[in-house]
Parts: sequence; structure tokens; C-alpha cells
Amino acid sequence: MTDQTSSFVRHDFIAPAAPPTNDATAFGWMRRNLFATPVDATLTIIAALAILWYLPPAINWLFISAVWTGADRSVCTTVVAGGIQPEGWSGACWAYVGDRFVQFMFGSYPRDQLWRPLTVLVIAVALLIPLLMPKVPRKGLNAILLLVVMPIIAFFLLLGGSFGLRYVETSLWGGLMVTLILSFVGIVISFPFGILLALGRRSQMPIMKTVCVAFIELIRGVPLITVLFMASVLLPLFLTPGNNIDKFLRALIGVSIFASAYMAEVIRGGLQAIPKGQYEAADALGLNYFHKMTFIILPQAIKLVIPGIVNTFIGMFKDTSLVTIISMYDLLGIVKASFNDPTWGTPVTPLTGLVFAGFVFWIFCFGMSRYSLFIERRLDTGHKR
Amino acid sequence: MAATDAHDPGGTERPSVSLIYNPALRRVLYQVVTLAIIIWAVYFAATNVIQNLARANMTAGFGFLNSRAGFDVAQALISYTPDDTFFRALQVGLVNTLVVSFWGIITATIVGLLVGIGRLSNNWLIARLCTAYVELFRNLPPLLVIFFWYLGVLALLPTARELFQTIKDNPDKIFFLSNRGFYMPAPIFGEGFSLVVYALIAGIVAAICFAIYGNRRQLATGQRPPVLLVNLALIILPPVLTFVALGMPLSFDYAIPGNFNMRGGMSVGPEFIALYLALSLYTASFIAEIVRGGIRGVSRGQTEAAFALGLRSSHAMRLVVLPQAMRIIIPPLTSQYLNLIKNSSLAVAVGYADLVAVGGTILNQSGRSIEIIAIWMLIYVSISLTTSLFMNWFNAKMALVER
Amino acid sequence: MVSADRTANNDKDKGSKMAKKILSTLIGAAVLGLGAQAASAGTLDDVKAKGFVQCGVNGSNLAGFGAQDSTGNWTGLDVDLCKGIAAAVFGDATKVKFTPLSAKDRFPALQSGEIDILARNTTWSASRDSQLGFDFRAINYYDGQGFMVRKDLGVNSALELNGASICVQSGTTTELNLADYFRANNIEFKPVVFEQQSEADAAYKAGRCDAYTTDASGLYSIRLKMDNPDDHVVLPEIISKEPLGPAVRGNDSKWFDVVSFTHYAMVTAEEFGITQANVEEMKKSENPDIKRFLGEEADSTIGADFGLPKDWAVQIIKAVGNYGEAFDRNVGEGSPLKIQRGLNALWNKGGLQYAPPIR
Repeated sequence: MTDQTSSFVRHDFIAPAAPPTNDATAFGWMRRNLFATPVDATLTIIAALAILWYLPPAINWLFISAVWTGADRSVCTTVVAGGIQPEGWSGACWAYVGDRFVQFMFGSYPRDQLWRPLTVLVIAVALLIPLLMPKVPRKGLNAILLLVVMPIIAFFLLLGGSFGLRYVETSLWGGLMVTLILSFVGIVISFPFGILLALGRRSQMPIMKTVCVAFIELIRGVPLITVLFMASVLLPLFLTPGNNIDKFLRALIGVSIFASAYMAEVIRGGLQAIPKGQYEAADALGLNYFHKMTFIILPQAIKLVIPGIVNTFIGMFKDTSLVTIISMYDLLGIVKASFNDPTWGTPVTPLTGLVFAGFVFWIFCFGMSRYSLFIERRLDTGHKR
Repeated sequence: MAATDAHDPGGTERPSVSLIYNPALRRVLYQVVTLAIIIWAVYFAATNVIQNLARANMTAGFGFLNSRAGFDVAQALISYTPDDTFFRALQVGLVNTLVVSFWGIITATIVGLLVGIGRLSNNWLIARLCTAYVELFRNLPPLLVIFFWYLGVLALLPTARELFQTIKDNPDKIFFLSNRGFYMPAPIFGEGFSLVVYALIAGIVAAICFAIYGNRRQLATGQRPPVLLVNLALIILPPVLTFVALGMPLSFDYAIPGNFNMRGGMSVGPEFIALYLALSLYTASFIAEIVRGGIRGVSRGQTEAAFALGLRSSHAMRLVVLPQAMRIIIPPLTSQYLNLIKNSSLAVAVGYADLVAVGGTILNQSGRSIEIIAIWMLIYVSISLTTSLFMNWFNAKMALVER
Repeated sequence: MVSADRTANNDKDKGSKMAKKILSTLIGAAVLGLGAQAASAGTLDDVKAKGFVQCGVNGSNLAGFGAQDSTGNWTGLDVDLCKGIAAAVFGDATKVKFTPLSAKDRFPALQSGEIDILARNTTWSASRDSQLGFDFRAINYYDGQGFMVRKDLGVNSALELNGASICVQSGTTTELNLADYFRANNIEFKPVVFEQQSEADAAYKAGRCDAYTTDASGLYSIRLKMDNPDDHVVLPEIISKEPLGPAVRGNDSKWFDVVSFTHYAMVTAEEFGITQANVEEMKKSENPDIKRFLGEEADSTIGADFGLPKDWAVQIIKAVGNYGEAFDRNVGEGSPLKIQRGLNALWNKGGLQYAPPIR
């Protein structure tokens, strides 16, 4: 038995393959991900050089050479221009942002009344966070509180004039506060109007449909700035003689009209995505149109398009910066207006201010887009058709 | 209600339902009510406008467009003087809008395409860089980006005087960047230069013919002639040879320091640069996402099949993936193009004389607010519709490729 | 000055009215303004009915003419005119509300009746009077368009600006004058046009332009906003006539008279040497012209004829002082602008400020 042999059976083990340790090292990772092909290697080197070329000066400008404290322009200007910095200095002037921070947030809102916008902010955040967390129950109540009750409280609290509160005219409002109010109100108002327009556009009734299509396409076909000009310049002409609409309100109307048209298209997308069976089932149950929409179609359709709604909101948030052009002072407007103030007039002031404003806008938009992604993923799991 | 009807098949004891529950009648009723509301709203607005204008002793109408404009437009690409009419000024504005949109769309498409593909690259560094780019620009208001270039960066560029000093120190430079814009030499075409252009056109025609021939040849025999090389030669050689043969009839008008600004040469104003950069970089970040989505929308099997056929990665991308991705890409791409055109109206913030800026000036000079805003809306809606139509046509053409 | 308490009360009152108005406008806008009331006969009656004057002023913080400080108080020559009108009509200079306006908003705002009077350093020109249908008469500041340049350019005259880039605000008479002046003198220039004054300021500051042009008074105000005002110089040429004055809607002679004569009353007061401080004393003056002017004559009907209280002139002077005082406080020696009276001196002192006799 022992001498039995088979020519096709191996007698000995083949030498073990070298362990793939190579690839697990940093070197291996680099080879796979950075230098896989000659083209890749070239691109990597070019990119790395570009980063090395631009990043250190940027960091230097933003942080190392930057001025963090000071009372006026002299800390951020060179000696020749009447400051204290050496010739050839350039860096961010964060002292200016620090000095103007309250103004950038609240505009000219009376300083002793700042608790009012802050209270509104606290209420809004307290209501918003549970609404955004999918696990927290009672979404309906929460939404009503945030979208209906909160704006009413905010209206009286911010404007004042009743309940013993001092009246603060809207021309004193400004900064991030205005940006947030405009985009929030824009979205709250555009939501019901968007639903109505979307339903109208999908309706069988020719006149209704034509009107909605015309409105949506007209508004979506023109830049926001023309709608804002229309609201700020023409609205008074369209109303009864002698009317006097608050400028802030006009901007709100313009923004809301614009947002409604975009919201309508987002919601229409949701309506179209609902399988026909749902409509037919609702009809079969004998629901009338109103019940069919509110109980069957819209809840599903809106859930489907939450990412789209968040994206519209991001767009609105960014677009509110256009009210700068009709001389209102949102965050961007007030930062820009501060460039003209001689107290902080230096060559680096505009760039510093814009980097700051950009940072604030970016944080908000980025946060919202991440949330939208998160929701999208959650919805994805439950809605595979 | 409809419900009761459904549960009452006999219908013998049909209750005397009032006409109001008749669905057909209701539909008519709703529409009549809507129409009535709209007509009333329009009537209400119109009477108020008339009343308001009458109070101000004004009349409405477009006749004012024929009066003398009187103001100057800085960046007029078509001939314009203050003696021209408001109408002409509007045309100048429209041309400027179209020009910045055109260059913006081209740049945004190229950058967007590269970044979108880059985000999917296997190269870690490139992918991260592209992601950073997209996340940065997508989340900033375009107006802020315009101001960033115009107010932020412009303030740090050399002033005209500083530039003059630099030129004194380095007299050989021919390209200049200052806070007054970008200056470059303007070509002056000598006699017979048109022949060079004709040679170029002839070369391009020949190259196209050769490419078609190459494709046919490849289909017929499986062998592809060196199309790229031959075409390069066809396009480059004839104009270059003609140019040399004619004794190089081309000179340049260099920008030189003038009294206050550079004189001569060609220049691009900082307003245009700021707007153009902001529009293209902002839109490119969205186009990149669309491209990425489109490419990912093409199933992985397509790429693998292409590799299995022995195509190189670049060929697989160009010949297999992109043509299919285009079909997913084009509809959202269209809306990005439209957004760019609409966003070009932000020009008014930096004083680039686009349609909205010139219109705004006319609005101020003539007081005709209703007419001007109507013109704006009409033009933008027309541009939007035209672009949509064109892209739909293009889309349909692309879709035909499907087999 | 009003006491803090009164201000608060007034604010509160204004506030609740405003809140109500915004609410009602919101609802109104939703249903497109149900309950439209017909426009009444004249602005003066409207103003009396609503209890305040709505005044359109400069929204871009033009120091000296219309500017709002950080607490929301308005100051300026135009602002004082509006306060004077409120004082004349109501005997209370606080019964005025200000609407900040840009160059673009201002005419539609007046046309639509959003404001009762436009006092926004607006030039009186034939086309504005005829085509826009506004009425101008009183001129509260005689201005002219000038140029400001950086000192280190070494420019001494506007005629040396050949080839220069010039910052200008769009939609103003300034823009038109600029084009005309340079063409007439055969000089080339590159206009850099901005929608808002603040943008033009920023661009000039950043060195985008060699020169800045606007009304001379504006130049002084903008010069103060520069990092170092001494680096900038206003050139001697004045290339246009810019009579700045309040505008009202046409065909409303009663209101037009009130607006015009508020300014004339201020000028007359200066002529008579009546000031904010001595107005009570001057009431006892024996001079019949002064007595008549201040409404001390028994059978004086001047106020009533205008539809105003008898002591309208007294109220104006108490509120804002005479023209000279208002000028000094806002743009003259008493202000950072330090503008000379020049054309705006009284007629008998070599200027153009001349009021028709008030009798």
C-alpha cells in the first residue's frame, strides 16, 4: 500500500503564496489608489503639487497670519496705509468679524431686545430637532407647532408692538436672522401653495391645469431677481392706491411666489411616483377627491419627495441672498454693507467678510444636504418597488 | 356623492341628489370659479394700475423704447452710443447676457464633466479633490461667489498704477491682470489672412471626411486607419503652411500703459471675469453631480462587458458608458443650463451690463417699471423655452441611438 | 427731544398699528386686497385721516440727506423737511414715517401712493416733471455734479480724466450728465455702472475706478466713508445743475403747497432771523411780516388757507429750526460734511434760496 503511487496526485505541497501583506501596508494602498497606472500617477503628482502650492498659503492667510483681536482697521493694515502690520502682510482680519458679529447675526435689531430673536431661535431649534429625528413620535403635532404656531409667536415677538413689547420696524432687521426668516417663511408658505399648484397641474380640468402650468412655467422660466423686482417695485402699483406694504413683506411675497412654483414641481414628482393602484384603490373605497388626496396620495407622495423638499429649501436658503440686490440686508447684504464702513476699511476686509459669510451659508447648506441624504437612505430601505 | 351612487346599483330609489353633487357639473363649477377669481384679480390689478398711473399722470405703453437712451454702457459688444434708443440699449444688454451665458455653459460643462468623472475615479486623491470641489461650490450662494471674486479677490489685485510700475520693471510681459481686468495682445490680421482661415476650414472639412472614411473602413475591414494623426495633420498643416507662405500676415496690438488704464490690446473687464467664473464654477458643481449620477446609472455590466471586449478604460468610458449616461444626463443638464442663464441676471450686482442691469437703468431713467419687468420676463421665458426645445430635440436625437 | 417714555409709547402705538397693518396686508394680499377703498381727493386729506406723513428718503445712508443711525433714528436735510411737514400738519414732528428707497424704487413708490412725498435728494428735471407726472417746486438743496479722485493721481481738473474709468450709479441724472459732458468735451472715459450707491462706493474704494461722480454733496458724504478721506479730493468742475427738492404726485395742488411752503417757511424764518431757540420770543415781535408769518395776526388766514393750523410755521421752526439751522446741523459746519452754504445761501447773501413772500 505504501508504494502505491499515482502520477496525477501531487506528493508535496506547493510553496505557499506570499501573504498579501504588501497590499495592506500604506505603500500597497498608495500603489492601488494613487499610482495604479502611469496616468494615475501623473494625475496624483499634479494634484499633490497643486495642493502643496495652494493649501499652505491659504492656511497661512486664514489662520497663521490672521489677526484675531483689535478694535479698528489699524490692526489689519500695513504701516504704509496707517496700520501696524509689516509691509507685504496679508491675512484674514477676524477681529473685524468678531467686532461685527452681532450685526451680522441680527442687523440693527435693538441691542437690548436681542432676547426676542434669540427666544424665537431657541423655540425653533427645540421644535425642529425632534421633527428631524425619525424616531421621535407625534410628528403631526410637532409639525403644526413648528409650521403654524411658531411663526405666529415669532411674528409678535420679533415685530413687537403688542403685549408690552417695543415695536421693532423691519428695516432694522438684518443679518442671518433675515436670511433664516425669509427662507423659513418662504418654504412654509410655498408648501400649501405648491401642493395646490401640483394638484392643479395634474388635474383633468383644462382651465385649472392651464392656469397652473402657465404660472409654474412662467415663474420657473424667469430669474428670481425679476420676481423680486416685481414684488418690490410693481406690487404697490397692483394694489389699491395709497397702500403701503412693508418692504420686508414684499420680499417675502416674492420669495414665496418663487418657492411655490419650484415646490409644485417637486411635489408633482411625488404625485407621479405613486402607483396608479393607490389612486384606484382610493376611488374604489369611495373616497372623494379631497379625502383621497389628504389621506392616501399626499402623505405617500410627500414622504417620497422629502429629499426634494430639503433640496428646494437649500436652494431657497441660498437664493434669499438675492434680496441684497433689492437693498435689503440679509447675511450677505449686511456683510457687504460693512465693507463700506471706514472703521474696518482695509484691503482684506471684503475677503474676510465673504469667507465668513460663505462659511455660515456653507455650514447650513451642507448640513441640510447631509440630512437629505440621510433621509433618502432611510426612505430607500422602505420603498423598494 | 359618487360614493352613494356606487353602493346603490338598483338606483330605483335614487334620492333627489342636488345637481351640486354631479361630478361633471362640479368640475365646470370649479373651473368657472377659478376663472372668475383670476379674471377678478387681473381686473383688480389692472384698474389699480390704471388708477395709480392716472394719479401720477402716466400712461402705459412701449413707445418709450424709441426715445434716446442718453446713458453710456460700459461693455457694449454691438455698436452703441448714448444717442441710440432704449431699445438698442436693451439689445446690448441681451447680447451681454447671451455672451456670458454661452461661455459659462461651455466652461461649466467641461469642468463639470471632468469633476464628475473625477469623483468616480479610482485615484483616491483625485476623487477626494473632486468631492471637495463639489461640496464647496454646491453649498454656497452664487451671489456670494460672484462677490468673492469681484470684491474679495479684486481688492487684492494690483491697481492700475501698481501695474504700470510692474510693466516698467518687466517690459517684456504681454499678459496683464489688474483690478481693471485682464489684458492681452489683440491680433491684427494682415493682408491675405483670410486665406489662412479658408485653409483651416478646408482642413477641418477634409478631417471630417477622413474620419467618416475611417469609420467606414473600420466597419468594413476591422482595421482603423490612424485617424487621429492624419486629422491633426489635416487641421494643422494647411493653415500653418498658408500662413508661412504668405509671409506671416499677423501682428499684435499690445496693451500698453495709458493715462489711467491700459491702452490697446484686448481686455476683459473684472465684472465679466467675476460673473463668468462664479457662474461656471457654481454650475459645474451641479453638472458634476449630474454626470456622476448618469455614469453610475449605467449598469456596471456595461463597463465590464467593454473591458471583456478588450477596450481600454478611456475607450470604455468614451464609447460605451458616456453615450448611455448621456440619456440620463441630458434632462437635468438642461435645467442646469437654464439655471445658469437665469443666474446670469446676478450681473446687476457687480455692474456687468446684462439684460437686467440695462433694463434696471432704463427703468430708473424712464420710470416705466411695468413695461421693463414685462420685457425681462418675456425674454427670459423665451430663452428658457427655446433652450428647453433645443435640448428636447437633442435628447430625442440621443435617445434614437438606443437599440 | 422726546422723552424715552413717550418714545416707547409712540413706538408701541406705531407697532400695534404696524402689526395690524402687516397682518391685514398679508390677508389682503392673499385675497388681493378686499375692501379696496377709493382714492380720496387729495393727499393732505389722506394724510390727516391716517395721522402721519409717509416720506420716502434715501435708503443708502447718504449722510447729510437721509441716513439712519444704528438705533433707527433718521437724520438729514430731507428728513428734516419731512419732519417739518409733519409738524406743520399735526403740530407734532414725530408723526412721520420714513420709507428708505433706492434710486430704482423711488418713482414707483411715489406713483403707487406708497409714499406721500419723495424727499430723496431727487433732481428736478423737465422729464420727471412731465413724463413721470410729478410736481417739484421748492428746492431744498442746489447741487451740481462733480468728480472725486485719489490725490495721488495728480489730477486737477475733470478735463484731465481722458481714458479714466469712472464709477457712477445707474439710473440717475448723473449718469446722463456724465455721458453728455465727456462727449461735449471730446474726452473718452470708461463708465463703470452700479445699481446701488454702496456698490459704486465699494468699487471706487477698491480702486476699480479712477474717479467717482455724483452730486457734489454726495461726494463729500462718500469721501467721509473712505478709509482716509484726505487721500481723496473733489475736483473743482461742477458739470451740471442738480436742483434737489421734494416731489409729490401731480394734480394735487393743496398737498403740493403744503410741501413747498414748509420749505419756504424754513427759508423765511432764516431771513427773519427766527430760530428754534427764539421762536417763542419772536411771536411777540412788532414786525407785521413776522407776526403774520407766525400766525400771530388776529385775522391771519394763511394757515387755514393751506388747510393747516394757524401756527403751522411756528411748529415747523420748533421742530427743525430755520433753513440755516437745518443746513448747518446736517451738511454744514455743524456736521462732519462741512459743506459751505454756496448756492444755498439766502438770496440776499449771494445764494439762491429765495422764498415767495408769505402773506
